[in-house]
Amino acid sequence: MDAALSALVSIAFHGLAYAMVLYLISVGLSVTMGLMGFVNLAHGVFAMAGGYVAISLMNRAGIPFFLALALAFAVVALASMALERTLYARLYGATELDQVLLTIGLVFMAGAAAKFFWGPLPLPVRLPDYLRGQIDIAGRAFPAYRSFLIVGGAAVVTALWLGLERTRFGAQIRATVDNRRMAQSLGINTALLFTCAFAVGSGLAALGGALGADILAIDPTYAQEHLIFFLIVVAVGGLGSIRGPFVAALLLGIADTACKYLIPEFGAFFIYAATLGLLLWRPQGLFGHAA
Amino acid sequence: MTAPPPSPAAHRLRLYEILPWLCAGGAFFVFPDYLALGGQILIMVLFALSLDLVLGYAGIVTLGHAAFFGAGAYVAGILAAHGWTEPLTLLLAAGAVACLLGLVTGAIVLRTSGLSLLMVTLVVSELLQEAANKLGWLTGGADGLQGITIAPVLGLFRFDLFGRTAYLYCLVILFLAWALARLIVHSPFGRSLIGIRENVTRMHAIGSPVFRRRLRIYAISAALAGIAGALLTQTTQFVALQVLSFELSGSVLVMLILGGVGRLYGAFIGAPLYMIAQDQLARDDPAHWLFWIGLLLVVVVMFARGGVLGIVDRLRGALR
Amino acid sequence: MNAAPLALETRGLSKSFGALTVAHAIDFRLPVGARHALIGPNGAGKTTFINLVTGRLTPSAGQILLAGADVTALSPEKRVKRGIGRTFQITALFPGLSVLENVLLAVSERHGAAGDMLRFAGSRRDLVEESEVLLERLGLADHAGRAVRELPYGRQRLVEIAIALGLEPKVLLLDEPAAGVPSAETGLILDIVEGLGRDIAVLIIEHDMDLVFRLAERITVMVQGAILVEGTPEEIAADPRVRAVYLGTEAS
Repeated sequence: MDAALSALVSIAFHGLAYAMVLYLISVGLSVTMGLMGFVNLAHGVFAMAGGYVAISLMNRAGIPFFLALALAFAVVALASMALERTLYARLYGATELDQVLLTIGLVFMAGAAAKFFWGPLPLPVRLPDYLRGQIDIAGRAFPAYRSFLIVGGAAVVTALWLGLERTRFGAQIRATVDNRRMAQSLGINTALLFTCAFAVGSGLAALGGALGADILAIDPTYAQEHLIFFLIVVAVGGLGSIRGPFVAALLLGIADTACKYLIPEFGAFFIYAATLGLLLWRPQGLFGHAA
Repeated sequence: MTAPPPSPAAHRLRLYEILPWLCAGGAFFVFPDYLALGGQILIMVLFALSLDLVLGYAGIVTLGHAAFFGAGAYVAGILAAHGWTEPLTLLLAAGAVACLLGLVTGAIVLRTSGLSLLMVTLVVSELLQEAANKLGWLTGGADGLQGITIAPVLGLFRFDLFGRTAYLYCLVILFLAWALARLIVHSPFGRSLIGIRENVTRMHAIGSPVFRRRLRIYAISAALAGIAGALLTQTTQFVALQVLSFELSGSVLVMLILGGVGRLYGAFIGAPLYMIAQDQLARDDPAHWLFWIGLLLVVVVMFARGGVLGIVDRLRGALR
Repeated sequence: MNAAPLALETRGLSKSFGALTVAHAIDFRLPVGARHALIGPNGAGKTTFINLVTGRLTPSAGQILLAGADVTALSPEKRVKRGIGRTFQITALFPGLSVLENVLLAVSERHGAAGDMLRFAGSRRDLVEESEVLLERLGLADHAGRAVRELPYGRQRLVEIAIALGLEPKVLLLDEPAAGVPSAETGLILDIVEGLGRDIAVLIIEHDMDLVFRLAERITVMVQGAILVEGTPEEIAADPRVRAVYLGTEAS
C-alpha cells in the first residue's frame, strides 16, 4: 500500500513538473491562435530556440542560470516580433492551409539550422549547483530541480494570470479574443496588440523550453517531435483561453507520466485516444468558445 | 484557386494529359538504372493524387494522410509475411482496410472544422504510429517489418532485382487510379465537391448532403493512399515505421503544393520534382535538404501560391 | 381560421443566445402563392428568422411547418428537399465556377443527380438545358461561361436568384435581393418575382420600399425580434406604430 502511495506521489510530482513546462510553452500558442486565428505549427521552434540560447549561454559563455533564462526570453521574444511583422502578419487573413504550410516550412528550416549549428545530438544541460540534488519535503526526498520547476512555474503562471486580469494590456487581449471587430471599433490597436502578445507568448515558450530542457531534451527534432503535445494542450484546453491550457497541461502531464510509469508498453496511445474522444465530445476544448 | 472556370466539355481528353504517361513510359527505356527511384516516384504520385482529392477538391486540410498510406503498407506487409503473397489481391485488401479506416475516421474528422479537424487528423495518425511502434510482434516495431515475399504479378511477372517489373506494375496501377480520379473529378459528384470547397453554406442551402459527400471522397482517397502504401511494401519488401509518420504526411503535402492543389496534375509535377531533388540533394546532407524544402515552402506560400501549375496559368494569362 | 393552405408556418418560434433574445415567439403564416414582405429596421431579426426557417440556426423554442409538416428537427438539406429555397443577404455563390455551373449544381441536386460519380458532369444534357433556360429567364445567358467572381455585383444578385429558382421551391425566401443593386437594374428583379407562378409562396425581406409596395400583398413588420404588426400594404402604410418605428431612420 505504501509502495502504491509512493508511486502515486511520484507520478503526481513529476507529472506536475512536466505540466508546468508544457503550460509555459503552450499558453502563448493558445493566446495567439485565439487572438489572431493563426494556425502556428512553428510554435515549438520558440521553445527549442529558448533551450538552445539559454544552454549555449550557460555552457559556452559561462553566464549564470537565471540571467541566461532572461536573455533567452528576450532574444526569442524580439526575434519572434521580427518574424511576426515580416511573415505572419501577411497571412492573417489567409487560408488555414497557407498558414499550416508556412509554419511547417519554418519548422523544417529551424530544425535544419539547429542541426547545422549544434549538431544532431541533444544538448547536455548543466544545472547550477544550488538546483541540483534532492530536497526534503514532508519526510520524502524529491529532486530539487523538479521542485524548482513546480514552484517557479507556479510563480510565472500567477504573474501571467494577474497580468491578464489586472492590466490594461490583458484586458485588451481578452476583449480582442472575444470579439475582434468590436475591439477594433473600440479603438484597440490590434496590430500592435498581436505583435506584443505574440512576443510575450514566444518568450514564455522560450522560457519553458529552457527550463524544461531537463524533461524535454533540446535537439534539432524538438519542434517537430513535441508539436503534437503542444497542440493537444491548446486544443483540449480551448483556443484563446489562459486557464484552459493549464488544466489541459495538468491532465496531459500527469496522464503521460502515469502511462510511462505504469503501462510503458502502450506509450502515448491512451493519451491520443483520450484526446480524440474529448475533441469529439467538445470540439472547442474544455474552456474554448463554442463555434 | 485561380484555375479558369471549367466548361461542360472539360472532361474531354486534352493533349497535355498524355504527357505524364509518355514521360513515365519513356523513363523506363531512358533511365534503366533508376527504376527503383522511378517506382518510388510513381508511388508518391499516387499518394499525392489521393491527397489532392481531399485537399484540393473537398477542401479538407489534413496533416495525417500518412495514416492511410501506412495502414495499407502494414496490411500488405503483415498479410504477405504470413503467406498471402498474391500482389493484386493484397492491393485490394490494403485498399479495403484503408477505405474502412477512412470511413471510421472520416465520420469523426468531418464533424469538426478548423483547428479541431487538423488536430484530429494529426492525432489519428500519431495514434496509429504509436500502435505500430508498440505492437512489435505484429509490425516489427521500430525496426520495421521484414520477411516479406511477393508472388509474381498475374503469376507471370516476377519482381526482379532491377526494379523493372516493379516500375511497370506501379505505372499500371497509377494509370488505373488516375483514370478513376479523373472520372470522379469531372463527374457531378466531383463538381459538388468543388461547390463544397467554394461555399459550403450555399451547398447546404441547395440541399446537398455535404457530410455524406465529403465522407465518400475521404474514404475513396484513403483507399487510394492505402493502395500506394501497399505498392511500396510490395516493391521494397519492407515496411518501415516511417510510413505512418508526420514527416511523410508533411512531405506529401509539400509535393502537392509544389505542383499545385486541386488541379489533378499537381501530383504528377510535384512528386517527381520533390523526389528527384531529394535524391540528388539529400544524399550529401539530409539536414540541408530539409532546410531548402522549408525555405521553398515559405517562398511558395508567400509568393507562388498555386505551385507550378499556378505559375503556368499566370504565364499563359500573361501571354494571351 | 382555416383560410388558404399554408406553405410555411411558424408557431412560437424563439431563439436566444444566453441572455440575448433575437426572436420572440414568432407566429407567422405564409399561404401558398403568397406575395409577402418582411420589413423592419436593421437588427430587427429578419435574417435571423430566415436562418431559423431554413435550418441554419436551431430554435430555442417553437415549431416550423412546411406544407403542414413539422420540419423543426430537419437539417437544412432536408428542408430544401421539402421545398425551401433562399437567397442570401450577402451573396453566397461559388466564385470560381461559371455562372452556368452555379445554377447547374442546384438543378442537379434537385434531380438527385449531383452525387453521381460514374459519368461526366456535362453528359446530362437535360439538366444543362434546364439551367440554360433559367439563365435566359434572368437575362444571364450571355454570361453563362464566365466565372461568377468576374460579374458585376448586380448580376451576381441575379445568379443568387437563379440558383434558388433552380431548386423549384415551393417557398422562396429572398433576403434583400436588391441590396447593392443599382436602381436601374432593380426592375429586372421585380419582373422576375412578379413573373413567378402562384404555386410558389414568396417572402421577401427588403428595405427598398418601392419594391416592397409593388410586390407585396401582405406585409409583416418586425422590430427587435418580434412581429409588431401585419397587414395589407395600405394598412401598414397608415399604421402610426410603423411610422414611429421608421421615424428617425433613413428613408429608403
